[in-house]
Amino acid sequence: MLIKSKHSVHESEITDPLVFIQRRNIIKALGLSTIGLTAGVTNVFAANQTSQKLTPTSSDIFKNYTNYYEFSFNKEDSTELAKNFPTNPWQLEISGEVENPINLNLEDVLKGQLVQEYIYRFRCVEGWSMVVPWMGFSLASLIKLTKPLSSANFVKFTSVLNPELMPNQLKSNVLSWPYTEGLRIDEATHPLTILAVGAYGNTLPKQNGAPLRLVVPWKYGFKSIKAIVKIELLKRAPISSWNKAAPNEYGFYANVNPNVPHPRWSQNSERLLGAGFFTARRETELFNGYGDQVASLYKDMDLRHFF
Amino acid sequence: MVINFKNPWHISIIACFLPLFFLLIDVLFNNLGGNPIQTLHIRLGDWSLRFLCVTLAITPIQVITRWRGMADYRQLFGLCCFGYSLVHVLVYLVVDNALNWSIIATDVIESPYIWLGLFSFLIITVLAVTSPNYAKKKLGKNWKKIHRLIYFSALFAIIHYLWQLKGNLVQPIFYGTLISLLLLFRLLNHWKNKRLSKLMVPKRPISE
Repeated sequence: MLIKSKHSVHESEITDPLVFIQRRNIIKALGLSTIGLTAGVTNVFAANQTSQKLTPTSSDIFKNYTNYYEFSFNKEDSTELAKNFPTNPWQLEISGEVENPINLNLEDVLKGQLVQEYIYRFRCVEGWSMVVPWMGFSLASLIKLTKPLSSANFVKFTSVLNPELMPNQLKSNVLSWPYTEGLRIDEATHPLTILAVGAYGNTLPKQNGAPLRLVVPWKYGFKSIKAIVKIELLKRAPISSWNKAAPNEYGFYANVNPNVPHPRWSQNSERLLGAGFFTARRETELFNGYGDQVASLYKDMDLRHFF
Repeated sequence: MVINFKNPWHISIIACFLPLFFLLIDVLFNNLGGNPIQTLHIRLGDWSLRFLCVTLAITPIQVITRWRGMADYRQLFGLCCFGYSLVHVLVYLVVDNALNWSIIATDVIESPYIWLGLFSFLIITVLAVTSPNYAKKKLGKNWKKIHRLIYFSALFAIIHYLWQLKGNLVQPIFYGTLISLLLLFRLLNHWKNKRLSKLMVPKRPISE
């Protein structure tokens, strides 16, 4: 599937050679064939950027400011703690309400996918945001391969369980492990929803959810589950880790919405990381600015109730 | 004034300024991580709370050790708590929100954890304003009553801390326990004194 940007590509937006080389590296690192390579370097400017061009946050901040509770509650600590986490080889299972269940090595999964760059705003439920140039592929095109049955209404994602290397899976019961998340099937197959394998032109850093994570740009960051090992298509809505831990605070939908505050704090504004001192917070946009593309998914729904 | 490192009063004053000094150094050397403003909030909030704990610890220490004359230290640390919480509030208004009042208003209205922080700060401000000796004299017996509001300020500060967190509650629980113990000491001491004073009252004379 190809995502069309609303504007034609200007000369200035044509990939610069350095970025191109970086992409070669990432694709090589991921074990993609050379045939996949040429097909996989298309640059995607998500359609929300018609009015404003998103400037990526510095990769230093991206790499050292992560909520990876399996490793640590401290955003700076996961970088070091995740260092020895093995991400290659990586097995991915897709099962449930499908005709063709898949159980493949990640390399083989990627061979059939178009890896592109997606520059998205990433908004955390805690009230901060950054702009990340992800490298990934459409989840819809992967799901398509499994031939979903008409009974597939929801998608459940499960993270890796490895208590030996993920200290909080032993020490903390704030969340139930492994971490799980869920989407409605139409959300999961929306063109903006991607599985990311890289960022900033490189493979995904381990502390950012390598080797495979979900990115759903119109939802709060905790929906974008890291280190995915299993994707299940289900009849009924799955219960996600945060929803289970505090159902009145973290709903199933978790759409970015400035008009629906968290019970304990406002979601009206956000701190854009890297913006510096004495810069006002930016006003949070409905659906994180992706309303044109996704608002129709929630037509006639009371977003206060389905938060 | 000459600094005398053997004088506990001088050392205390220096100690009060040290956290601010280290914070300024970290600001200067860009050492506050990926979300420096959030780090500023946490560091300043932490130190307000720590000085609040120290202030609350003075009375129990006085009772246990029977030292006298620690009231000046209690005042110093109390004012220090006010100082750090004032900077905490100013950073929120100026550094974080650049005095954008419409964003600030919505944020405050929609964030219960900020209400608690605000209550706590308002109490501390009242206590700081009524801290000088002439205010103490003027308020007489009421001074003590007013300054007992610090217990509520501590309670609100702890909830303010708890309510903004998502997962790890270790730190607010630590400070919450500490403050509970300091308040429990007062309660026990109060009961003990009440019982003692009852014993001192002469028995009712036997009726003829």
